[in-house]
Amino acid sequence: MSQSGAELLRQVKSQIEEVDPSEVAELMHEGVAIIDVRETEEYATGHLPGAKHVPRSYLETRIEGIVPDRSSQVILYCASGNRSAYGARTLEQDLGYEHVRSMTGGITLWKDRGYDVEVPRTLTAEQRDRYSRHMLVPEIGPEGQQKLLDAKVLLLGAGGLGSPTALYLAAAGVGTLGIVDDDVVDLSNLQRQVIHTTDRIGVAKVDSAEESIHALNPDVNVVKYQTRVDASNIVEIIKDYDVIVDGVDNFPTRYLLNDATVRLKIPVVSASILGFDGQLSVFKPYEGPCYRCLFREPPPAELAPSCGANGVLGVLPGTMGLLQATEVVKLIVGIGDPAIGRLLLYDALGATLTEVKVHRDPECPICSREPDEITDEELGVFPDYEAFCAAAG
Amino acid sequence: MATIKIPPVLRASVGGEKQVSASGENVGDVLKDLAANHPATQDQLFSADGELNRYVNVYLNDEDVRVLDGLETSVGESDTLVILPAMAGGSR
Repeated sequence: MSQSGAELLRQVKSQIEEVDPSEVAELMHEGVAIIDVRETEEYATGHLPGAKHVPRSYLETRIEGIVPDRSSQVILYCASGNRSAYGARTLEQDLGYEHVRSMTGGITLWKDRGYDVEVPRTLTAEQRDRYSRHMLVPEIGPEGQQKLLDAKVLLLGAGGLGSPTALYLAAAGVGTLGIVDDDVVDLSNLQRQVIHTTDRIGVAKVDSAEESIHALNPDVNVVKYQTRVDASNIVEIIKDYDVIVDGVDNFPTRYLLNDATVRLKIPVVSASILGFDGQLSVFKPYEGPCYRCLFREPPPAELAPSCGANGVLGVLPGTMGLLQATEVVKLIVGIGDPAIGRLLLYDALGATLTEVKVHRDPECPICSREPDEITDEELGVFPDYEAFCAAAG
Repeated sequence: MATIKIPPVLRASVGGEKQVSASGENVGDVLKDLAANHPATQDQLFSADGELNRYVNVYLNDEDVRVLDGLETSVGESDTLVILPAMAGGSR
């Protein structure tokens, strides 16, 4: 006569070794392999810190990948200690693991005793669907997507460059997008600033951008700064961001941003556009050159047509803004070769991309020094901008 | 003759060309030849004492001449010089 399930369990437990949660709590810091054999949904609600997840039904096929050495100490657990008991017997008797134990009472007893539980961060079903094309790229995958969801990116300007950058970063699932812009949408913006719409002329650009971003991806947390960055507010605005996208239209702000980001060690993805030409580089403080290493001094006003309105091919900020968005994603996920120490020059009319090297300047007034040596008074030191633009006529 | 790539802000000074040719044994001579043929570029490239202006970067092919031998850097017939002042156009 065949035995009952309860009898079988008693028999299995008599054949294996069990371990009390108190001992597991001590052993877990000593490199013992702790395996959670529950189902995926159970694991997702919380597990022992550092535990590896191998569902009971995959134990035989996957354990060797996680614990290749059969003489290692292995502790299995489940919800109450039953499934892990069966698993322990399998590992010991069928696969030859020499030191396998099953945790008494499972994670239920573990929790009752007040020990820590780690709740894994998993994508929701909706997120897995929305970002499924990222999941399929090995370089990104669920881990990269989680990094994007955790990332905080600040866009200086919701204009020509900021528009496409913001849209694609929102689509990519960047969790927090800060936008700094004090302007309102104007009809003449719409030739290139694709985040805004005709029916939002006169609306603050930060509000218009937020509406488009949420229409595309409601998960994105949009933080609006309807202001211009200056020496008095820049540190407070930028300090909590992981990456800053620089699309500002004037030299004083570029130098100010550079100095503040070097001090705070925040990477900047920078682009500029004029006519049919674009430039792009990534300034990662202390790993590569900073903006002042590239351009120690701003050009005189007549060589810097950046004070008033200038013509630009409407598509060009799209091209350059999306190169910026690409660099941002690479920096967040940690893949590829960001354009650090390189300046890319795009000539839209010639359809050419030229690259020049940018070196750290050992005499750079900013990044040749330690961050805490850079004072508030030094941030963005620049010739008088009013005079600068007045001279440009 | 080396090729010189002209940035947008200097194109008006060279008759609207995106690139021009100039001759010279080294970077300084090539740029002086450029300035001789297109006088409007003289003050934009050189300071009163004949040095390259700090706000103008010059690259021999892809390398900043400041990390080479500056204006003394030798230039071959097939080399390209890139003149690059900063641009700041962006969001507006």
